[in-house]
Amino acid sequence: MKLTLRIWRQKGPADRGGMVAYDVPDASADMSFLELLDVLNERLTESGEEPVAFDHDCREGICGACSLVIDGVPHGPQKATTTCQLHLRHFRDGQTIDVEPWRAAAFPVVKDLVVDRSGLDRIIEAGGYVTAPTGSAPEAHATPIAKADADAAFEAATCIGCGACVAACPNGSAMLFTAAKATHLGLLPQGRVEQDTRVEAMIHAHDEADFGGCTNTGECTAVCPKGIPLGVIGRFNGDVLGALWRGR
Amino acid sequence: MATLTRAPASAGRRRQGASHRSTVVMKIAMAISGAVLLAYLTAHMLGNLKIFFGESSFDHYAHWLRTIGEPLVPHEGTLWIIRAALTASVVVHMAMAILLTRRARRARPVKYAHRPPVQGSYAARTMRWGGVIIALFVVYHLLDLTVGVANPVGASGKPYTNVTADFEHWYITAIYTVAVVAVGFHLRHGVWSMTRTLGRQRPGTERLIARISTGYAVLMTVGFLSVPFAVTVGIVG
Repeated sequence: MKLTLRIWRQKGPADRGGMVAYDVPDASADMSFLELLDVLNERLTESGEEPVAFDHDCREGICGACSLVIDGVPHGPQKATTTCQLHLRHFRDGQTIDVEPWRAAAFPVVKDLVVDRSGLDRIIEAGGYVTAPTGSAPEAHATPIAKADADAAFEAATCIGCGACVAACPNGSAMLFTAAKATHLGLLPQGRVEQDTRVEAMIHAHDEADFGGCTNTGECTAVCPKGIPLGVIGRFNGDVLGALWRGR
Repeated sequence: MATLTRAPASAGRRRQGASHRSTVVMKIAMAISGAVLLAYLTAHMLGNLKIFFGESSFDHYAHWLRTIGEPLVPHEGTLWIIRAALTASVVVHMAMAILLTRRARRARPVKYAHRPPVQGSYAARTMRWGGVIIALFVVYHLLDLTVGVANPVGASGKPYTNVTADFEHWYITAIYTVAVVAVGFHLRHGVWSMTRTLGRQRPGTERLIARISTGYAVLMTVGFLSVPFAVTVGIVG
């Protein structure tokens, strides 16, 4: 199949950048979107042009490295799918596809489609972990955890930290990410004891990194490749309110 | 043996300062001030319906609003307490909205070349400009039916006369209709967003809360619009 890509090209952080059109006449419906970029890059390299820079790693949909806003939707039109798992059979032959990087003040463009997502790392560093070393896995029956809590914690823990929620949010907010990380720890006994200080530190780091505030539009959860539910944000808000109330 | 690889989190966290100035706290302030306005708006809408019981019933209700709590509080005392609470709520609500909007603009300095909304409701997308329309309308509304200078008659202490004088003009009915519809959309997303901000919900209740928000917004819109349209078509007045 033949596709036309309009890709954001930007030489570096200081460059203005702009959309550049490329024809890819030899695409196959079985290719993933990243393989399409591989094919294009091979051709660009052979003809002596600069290949398109983009982030990728596992290509299995589990690492959170790939990004790309494809035709206006982070990770493309396929629901609950990362860019690396998005296949060209979801596009029409002859289609023109716009490819842009994540857009946020907290995610400055490094080059072309690569952005610096270390703002998310700083949120995790602020409190997205359990302080006490827990050692090897404890005996499973020693600490009973309600099935519903275990399921909800696991659902939140599936967040791969790709930043699609920020890319989709009209306010550039990272609340879905922050809330998912805080929820997965706060629902379990090991993480619950530090939840007050954790949520305070995490929201502080979130705001410091120039992410916007949440307005509950739900754009984030609609594009999340892991389907993190919007409810984690309500839970996080409740945790912040509780922390303020208890004055810690 | 397991060892600590990081400094204890609490020490670092304490230094980073409290979350009392965070975006979440700003949202909580918006939600609480919005809830105050919501409560007032509900009472306002129900009070308006007195007009369907006739001139004396409506005017008597308006008069009663000025005498609540007498003689414990002076004449119009309760009314002024309510007005003060409303003003404070409006100031907080607008201040937080402006701060959060400026923050949101800063958070995305470069726009997408191509980005249609994925699922966000029309109500959610029009909160900010809708809020501006409502703020302008409230100024006009106060000049029209509280102060009276913008009213065709502007008779002091005769709200029934003033209201019916307004809505005999189709263009005043049109202005009120636009504003009330804007209020309706604002309430739809406002109620939903307030429940999100003021704490956790049971998983799976999102759809129920969304339906309640829609139902409430529709009821308020219909309730508020019933008065101008009843006057315009001649059921009242």
